[in-house]
Amino acid sequence: MADALGHERVWRRFTRAQRLTRFGVYLAIVAAIAMAAQTVEVIPEFLADAPEQVVDLLSRMWPIDFAHYPEAIHAALMETLHIATLGTLLALVLALPVGVLAAHSVVPSVPVNLFARLILVSSRSVNSLVWALLFVGIFGPGALAGTLAIAFRSIGFVGKLFGEALDEAQHGPIEALAAAGAPWMSRLTFGYWPQVRPAFWSIALFRWDINVRESAVLGLVGAGGIGMVLDSALNLFQWTRVAMVLLAIFAVVIAAEVVVTQVRRRVI
Amino acid sequence: MTTAPAAPDDPFRGSPWPRIAAVALAIYVVYACAQLEVSWERLQSGLGNAAHFFSRLFPPNFSRSDLLIKGLTESLEIAILASTLGIVLALPLGLAAARNLMPAWLSWPARFVIVAARSLHPVIVAILFVKAVGFGALAGILALTVASIGFIGKLFTEAIEEISDKQVEAIRATGAPFVSVLAYGVLPQVFSRFIGFATYQLDSNLRNSTMVGIVGAGGIGGTLFAAFQRFDYDYVCAILISIIALIMAGEVFATAIRAIFIENATFADLFRRGDALRHVRHTEDD
Repeated sequence: MADALGHERVWRRFTRAQRLTRFGVYLAIVAAIAMAAQTVEVIPEFLADAPEQVVDLLSRMWPIDFAHYPEAIHAALMETLHIATLGTLLALVLALPVGVLAAHSVVPSVPVNLFARLILVSSRSVNSLVWALLFVGIFGPGALAGTLAIAFRSIGFVGKLFGEALDEAQHGPIEALAAAGAPWMSRLTFGYWPQVRPAFWSIALFRWDINVRESAVLGLVGAGGIGMVLDSALNLFQWTRVAMVLLAIFAVVIAAEVVVTQVRRRVI
Repeated sequence: MTTAPAAPDDPFRGSPWPRIAAVALAIYVVYACAQLEVSWERLQSGLGNAAHFFSRLFPPNFSRSDLLIKGLTESLEIAILASTLGIVLALPLGLAAARNLMPAWLSWPARFVIVAARSLHPVIVAILFVKAVGFGALAGILALTVASIGFIGKLFTEAIEEISDKQVEAIRATGAPFVSVLAYGVLPQVFSRFIGFATYQLDSNLRNSTMVGIVGAGGIGGTLFAAFQRFDYDYVCAILISIIALIMAGEVFATAIRAIFIENATFADLFRRGDALRHVRHTEDD
């Protein structure tokens, strides 16, 4: 197609600036990958040797030491589940008020919202293993440190999603309550809570599922649960026991996922 | 009419189940606390410790910054390479697992691989790779690659299974071969979601790459754990601050990428209006 001056007009999906931006991002990505691949310390012999080593590792894991399960693994597995569940419950209790404070439609004060957001962001940006290290430093090794680590990591996650759910709640019922002269607390319990209750329980279940996975590794830094059994088996090169621990973790993770799916379908 | 009608049931009385569940939960909490030997005394003695602990964390000690920067760089490299490898491997796998495009004999094995890759925590996978390929960054890269395959593979499969069939059929009707159907019928529909979870995975890999070092798989985590075991708490504090800064920078970067590819923002837009970034929703999963 040509315009009045006879120039060829070509239809393009993006403007020149958009194309340049995209090109810049592609270039940056390629450069980053190339630089990382060049400077990272990878020993080529180790890489070439890897398949052989993996086969060797698997052959040492066989046969799986099932007898170790009733001896030590079962108790540690239960401890892991308790850590995950108690940690999630504690996180729910702590995250509820923070989530409320972070929701602008419930607490219409920007400084308060920002302060609550700051709590949520700092909770989320510290990994649960780091939280576990800190709590092991304070309370000493054991399940207490693990439970608190799970709880503190989860506050940010639960609080953020709960605050967003509150912000998305419909205003009709709340305005009706306000018009009837309901105080702030009643608007919260009778206006917002019924609307966000399903979201809240579904966030709780989701986080519990994640916490079951995370609590399995906390023992590596001494914060209790099945990770400690795994750590000692690894340090003693008892590979058949390691295989049993991994199998147990795998089974619990799958079971937790099934439980969450079923509960979500039936109750929420 | 001599007898008064029976008082109607209270219409606002709810089902008894929530109360039963609450009581059961309270009993569980007491039982679990007893099992874990969590008690008020322990909590109190720990809180006494906490003041001492935090006083040793501050002020952070940045004097060994060369080691710190080396560790952070290695973490960043692990995250970049693992994300790249993970995405490259997850795309064909995710496509193979999509039940609306692929036959069952291909999709079920692919789904199994994806589920297996997701089921173990990256740090546990890192332990196995440390034993298999030795200490160092390679083990971390491989472990996070496995995690990326699991996460991206799952989401990519779901995205492909939710596409509209109309465009696929239209391309097929022109007699296009299978590769063209993918390139013109399937990929344009899932591209923006793909950008979303690829940047999310980069973010997540960055978080985990600072941790896999705890089990010897390279990155800053090894330095962190060593400093912790030496009770070198002011250095621990410096490492933690740098990790958080790196993660936050990664989050800003991921948000900018999403704005550029999903909202068609330009570099100028990114600096001009902060609200361009605000529309991009963050999916949070761990």
